[in-house]
Formats: sequence, C-alpha cells, structure tokens
Amino acid sequence: MEIKLNLNGRAVTASAAPDTMLIDFLREQGCLSVKRGYETSNCGLCTVMMDGKPILSCSTLAARADGHEVYTLEGLQAEAEEFASFVANQGADQCGFCNPGFVMNTIALLRENPDPTDDEIRAFLSGNLCRCSGYESQLRGIRAYLDSRK
Amino acid sequence: MEKKLYRAVGQPIPKKDAMQLLLGKPAYLDDVTPKNCLVVKVLRSPHAHALIEEIKTDVAMKVPGIECIFTYKDVPQERFTHAGQTFPEPSPYDRLILDQRVRYVGDAVAIVAGADEACVDKAMRLIRVKYQVLEPVLDFHTAKDNPVLVHPEDNWVAPCPVGADNRRNLCATDCEQDGDVETVLAECDYVVDRVYHTKACQQAMMETFRTYTEMDVFGRLHVISSTQIIFHLRRILSHALGIPKSRIRVTKPRIGGGFGAKQTAVAEVYPAFVTLKTGKPAKIIYTRQECQIAGSPRHEMEIRVRVGADKSGKIRAMDVYTLSNTGAYGDHGPTTVGLSGHKSIPLYTAGLEAFRFRYDVVYTNKQAAGAYRGYGATQGIFAVESAVNELAEQLGMDPVAIREMNMVREGMIMPAYYNEPASACALDRCMERCKELFDWDAQYPVRDMGNGKVRAAGVAMAMQGSCISAVDIGSATVTLGDDGYLLSIGAADMGTGCDTILSQMVAECMECEVDEVSVASVDTDTSPYDSGSYASSTTYVTGKAVEIACGRLKEQLCSIAAEMMECDADKLYFAGDKVCAKDGSGFVELRDIAYRAQCNNTIAARASATHCSPVSPPPFMVGMVEIELDRETGSVEVVDYTAVVDCGTPINPNLARVQTEGGLVQGIGMTLFEDVTYSKEGRILEDTLMQYRLPTRLDMGHLRVEFEQSYEPTGPFGAKSIGEIVINTPAPAIAHAVRRATGVWHRELPITPEKILMADE
Repeated sequence: MEIKLNLNGRAVTASAAPDTMLIDFLREQGCLSVKRGYETSNCGLCTVMMDGKPILSCSTLAARADGHEVYTLEGLQAEAEEFASFVANQGADQCGFCNPGFVMNTIALLRENPDPTDDEIRAFLSGNLCRCSGYESQLRGIRAYLDSRK
Repeated sequence: MEKKLYRAVGQPIPKKDAMQLLLGKPAYLDDVTPKNCLVVKVLRSPHAHALIEEIKTDVAMKVPGIECIFTYKDVPQERFTHAGQTFPEPSPYDRLILDQRVRYVGDAVAIVAGADEACVDKAMRLIRVKYQVLEPVLDFHTAKDNPVLVHPEDNWVAPCPVGADNRRNLCATDCEQDGDVETVLAECDYVVDRVYHTKACQQAMMETFRTYTEMDVFGRLHVISSTQIIFHLRRILSHALGIPKSRIRVTKPRIGGGFGAKQTAVAEVYPAFVTLKTGKPAKIIYTRQECQIAGSPRHEMEIRVRVGADKSGKIRAMDVYTLSNTGAYGDHGPTTVGLSGHKSIPLYTAGLEAFRFRYDVVYTNKQAAGAYRGYGATQGIFAVESAVNELAEQLGMDPVAIREMNMVREGMIMPAYYNEPASACALDRCMERCKELFDWDAQYPVRDMGNGKVRAAGVAMAMQGSCISAVDIGSATVTLGDDGYLLSIGAADMGTGCDTILSQMVAECMECEVDEVSVASVDTDTSPYDSGSYASSTTYVTGKAVEIACGRLKEQLCSIAAEMMECDADKLYFAGDKVCAKDGSGFVELRDIAYRAQCNNTIAARASATHCSPVSPPPFMVGMVEIELDRETGSVEVVDYTAVVDCGTPINPNLARVQTEGGLVQGIGMTLFEDVTYSKEGRILEDTLMQYRLPTRLDMGHLRVEFEQSYEPTGPFGAKSIGEIVINTPAPAIAHAVRRATGVWHRELPITPEKILMADE
C-alpha cells in the first residue's frame, strides 16, 4: 500500500506492506535513530512524535501514519542538542542505545511541561528503560539543563 | 595514600562519543551494515531434551527467497565452546553449531537464511522435525551422577583440568582450603549454617545479540558483531567453522550494552556459517525472546555458608560450598563458580584462621549460562554477606561493628584470594564514610511509619578483581599523527566509556588535551591484541598498557627530535607540545616532529605496549539501603541506597559514578523483581520483558555514591576497577533490611511481594 506522510518536515510517499510497523518503515526511510529494544512495547526505545505526541513506533502500523506528521530524532536535532549536552556532562549516555527514545520523550515532556519537578520527570519518562545508567544521571542532566535556564 | 595532581586523569569529562549517541546518529550494527543481505534465523527446540530422528526441509526450501537451510547433518563435527576466554579455555568443548541432540528449550535445530524476514519465517514453519523426546535433567540438585546424561557424546572435551566429567554431568569441581575448617568451627561459640539461592538473571542489555558477516575482497570472512571479545571471537569461529583464524577478521561497531552477555559468542556462528557456505552477506538479529531463552545469563547457584565466630564477634572460620547450574552447555561454568568463594571469603581475612571452598558445577537441560557482571562474586557475596548479617544478629552485634572487627585491611595477605595482598584497600574508610553519609545509627532501628508501612535498613560489603591475574592481556598502540594522537586498542567500549578514559590517560602522559586523542575502531586486523572487555580489566590492564606505550612513544619522539637537533636523545626531554634540550639550548615543536616523521625519517612516531598483571587488586565497597516495606501488600520500596566505593583512583569520576549507579539498579532488580522460573517441561516462563521485569525509574529511590580513594601501585595512576563490583551489595543489603522489617530471612532471590506475604503467614 502507498503511505503519504510528512516526515521530519518533508513530504514522503512510499509503499509498504499493510503489516509494516512504523519503526521498520522509518528505518527503511533512513531514520536510523529509531531503535527496537523489545517486541512487547515496554522499553520506549522506538519513541517518535506523531502530530506532536510521543508514540511507540514498534506497536504502531505504518499505515496509521498515513496523512500525519511524524518526527524522529533526525528531524529534531536542534531541540535535542539544547539539553543533550547537559546529559552528556553527567556521563548518562552510556551505551547510547536507549538514548534516542529517551531524548524524544524528554522533548515531549519539556514541550508539555517546561518546568517539571523531579517526580514529574520520573513519571513522564517511566516508560523509557535504560539498563546502563540506573537513571539518576539522566535525571541530573535534565535537572542541570532546567536550572541553567533559570 | 599517595596524592597526585593530574591534568586529564580524574576529570569528569563527557564520553567522547556522547553527543553522537544522544543525537541518535547511526552507530550500531544494524545502522551501519548493509540492508541488502541474507536474513538468518534459528529454528529452536520445543523440548528440553530430545534427539532429532528426522528433519525435513524440502518443503521449506521451496519458499520463494529461501537461500539455504542447514541442519546437524551439514555442520563440522569438532566440538568447541562459545565462551570468550583465553586459550586454552577452561570451558569444556561441548557445542556443535547444530547438534542431533537438543539440550534445552530453545537449543538450535536448524539455520534458515533467505532474502527477507517474511520468507524465513514462513520456511521455519514448514520445517518438519521428528523428535525422540528424552527425559530431561531439570533439577540441578540431582544432576550430578544422574543416570540421564546431558553430554553423553564421545567427542566432548575439557581442554583444562577443571574437574569436568561428562559421564557425571559435571562441568567442574574443586576443593581448596587453608587451615582445618572443621576443627576451628567446632571451637567457635557461634556458627551460622545456611543455604542461599540465586537465579539465572538476564543481562537484558538494550541492544539484543546481532552479527553481520560477509566475504571480503581477499576472500576472508569479515564478521561485524556486537561483541566484547573480538580476538576470542575470531578463535571461536575458527574452531566452530574449521577454518584458519587468519581467514577471519572481526570488527565491532558501537555496542548497545553487554554486561558480560557479549563475552560469549551467542549468535555469531549462525550467519558466519551461512556466509561461509553461500559466499553471501548475512545478518542475524536476535529477538528479545531469543535473548531470554537462548542467551548467556547468570549462573543459578545454591550456596551453603558455614561461618563461625567467638563470643566477641571475631570471625574465625568460613566454609563455602557452591552448587552452580551451567545449564545445557558449560560456557564460563568452571570459572564463574570460583568467584563465589574467592571474592567473598577474603572480605573477612582479618581474623580468619581457616577456610574451605568447595564447588560442583553441573550440566542440566536448562538454558546455558554465561558471563554476567559480577561473574559468580554476586552470588557468593549474597550468601556470605547474608550469613554474616545472620551471625551478627545471633551475637546481638551491630552488623557494621562485626564487619569493622573482621574486614580485610590494607597490607593484609588474603589466603582465600590466591594469597594476593590487599595492596590498596580503603574498605575501612568506605564503611566509616558510608555509615556517616547514611546515618546508620539513626536509620538501622526499625521504624513503624504508622500507615501499615515500616522502614528498615541493611548493609553489605563487596569486592571483585581488576583482571584475571597472569592471564588477561591488554595492549595499546599510540601514534603521533599530523596533529594529535591516535590510540589503538583491542578492548571494546560497550558504553562503559573505556575509549574516553584510556584517552584521558594518553592525554595525561603526552601532556595534551583529551580532544587531541582519537580512538581507532576495534579490528582484529589492526588493533593490538587484547583479551577483551571483561573481568573488570580494561582500566587496570589496558590502561597500564596505554601508560607504558606513551612512555615509549616519548622516547621515540625524543629520538626523532635528536636527529633534528643533531644531538643525543638522552640530552632531550619531552614537554608536551615540544621536545626540549635539558641544558636549555633549544627545542623543536611537536608539530615539526610530526612533519619530520613523514620525511627522511626511519624512526616510528608510534609505540606499542602489551601488559599483563600477576595480581588482580580487588576494588572494595560498602552499600547501605533503607527500604519501606508495605505490610499489607509485601511490596518493597528502596528509599535510599548509599554506596561508598574504593576503585583506587577514579580515572573519570562521572563515569565511575554512573557505573556504580547502573550496577546498583541492576542489583536492585535482581533482588526484588527479576525472576527466572521454568515450567515442569523445562520452558522458561519469563521469556519476555513483560514477565521478566526490569527496574524502571519509578522503582528507584535516592542513590548516593561516593568514592574513597586508595592508590594501587600496579595500576595506571593508582586505578583498580569499577565495572562489576557495583552489582554485588544490593542483594544482601536488601535481604537484611527485609529481615529487619518482617522478621524473616529471605535466602532465595528475588524477594517478591508474594514471598514476603507468604512468609509472613
């Protein structure tokens, strides 16, 4: 089937089998930041924005994106860079495999709530798993970024 | 303690690859290898123990797009091990790429390769296998000398004398002792005798096992893999495929986590065999379910500890017996078990008059175990530290006080640790500082919160090693380029940051900025030999090689400068951005030495070093936990975890801290959530991460980490190790706190709300 969508600010038309998941469609389109961690939709690694809302692309059919606007981390580099260096300064990136999903959901958090508390950060990002960092350094990075803006 | 001032060492700089990773740039195997290749999958056994009587692939081969299907009839018949260890491997050679006998639910039955995933999936469903189902060995207590043999085959080989005997289901066995443990225990006023049980936990790194293989332009097999062990992998594949090591090249991209899982060649043989047979590029990407059922998890262990003390609390004797379950294959079986005693008993060296450490490692028809952060020490420390907490309770002693009385201290020789010295040991200061930070005296008493919840605290100590003494090799080559240095190593950065900390060491030695040091990609063709990133060895062993290589490079650069200045090299010294005459008569700038190195020059602007250590200095740490336990539901919340670590000199305090926090959270997961159970037929129930629950950021309380520095004279800049020790304290500390809150000692992990409630009843 043919899928038309706005991907990272440009119009894309591509064909895909009806059972294609959005994650596989996006990687096929060169958006390699989108990662698959599990098959059971509970790690958050594949998080992308559809119409401005964070979704799990591993459990969304590509067909669902037809006619919609999708952003991956490739399309939000400047917005990510703003706070990513604060996360890097904590050494929180570690292996990096969960980073794109974590960064995408943090962008979603900061758009929705520009000045979150630590508990609000934890709650919003609770679906983003990380096996390396133990989470504290990620929180310190976001906190340092928020404090830098005050 | 020696205090030294450094410019790059000890700086909390970001990882060199941090921004690229955070911004999602293509870096991992599936991002950087061609899409246009054969998709490889493995058909797996539904039975725990069976013989393949008949396997029909003819219908499956007719599926359009299928390239090849291999069965046990197609593979070489020399057995080998998947374990990434220095040759000759202690792990028995008990595997074939595909075997007629399948030994666990998930064992490989057939390799299927095709143009895309859909056709491979379809072909897998069309393979017809007739099994002769056999009785499995599922209970590891009855495995030894069981009439049912997991490995009855005649070509099973144990290359090292580890006490293995396939006719007894034994992967390894040993006994060592110092003093007469029975006599001393009989004299003790108090003896605690308990049995502890830990499960086959999964590393659950975010990136599953994956490998790409192709034939290169020279007709060699090029293997790109998410691996911790490029050189061992080359040898393992050579053994498995029956081709010379010189015909194989292994490289690695960035790795999405390993924690030891990727110290075993879990997935590589399958695409490698396909490419070797077809000449075509091939890729395998494990599903999460495959990682859960056919990965390389922690060894399940049951550990009996007998510890004896006199009335004053002086610990006089310790007797540890470990029964380890290696599962269907012996990868890392004979070695992990050793740490359950060698990295637990020495914590109590001070007044120990006698110890004994015995073990059996048995084969069963369960998932084969492997290497997971802590590597047996985690299991042993849960048992020994819990037993010491039980002993303190019997004595009516404060559990901190009994440790202060008995702990190993700097300068002591540790008989239970190969008689190695505690040459750098700040364990006493770790305890003192942790007690103060945590406010132990106020937190230890059980507090009823008045809402059905109670708060309680627990404590544990830990140690690990910094390499495998007199075995592990680290090498480094440092080259002066047109500007800046190139560091070439064979150790794998799997997110741990070794590329960065080793660059910090180059910057320290060469008196330059860390940004002026580039790190070459890891490649068996071009990297100097390194055993690989495991056994907590990279900082300590490879780091020392970096330091030595830099020393040699400075001499080489002085020699080039001497030709330029027409003097003897011993009249010159290296000063970072230049080489100067000692008498102040002149200098040449580094950039001019670099240019000279490229013109009319016969002296390499490059130096290499290979290092190996006769000792493995232990890092030490103390962990204290405060939990809040809900008496209605049995749920446990970690409120505060305070850890103070002695890793020698932290080369990068930020990365050392994140290692610690990450290890603590994995340890908390292992203690409270991560369970592995089997159906009575031998199938793992927690085969997805819906059932096998990892800690989320809502499960964590406040983590506090500090360092108490010691200075290890044999390490680079006084460093020891950090990567593994940090997972070892949560299990005994939390079990201790749960006992305080409920009155029940939980001696089996994980300590789930169900177990807490059932025990209460």
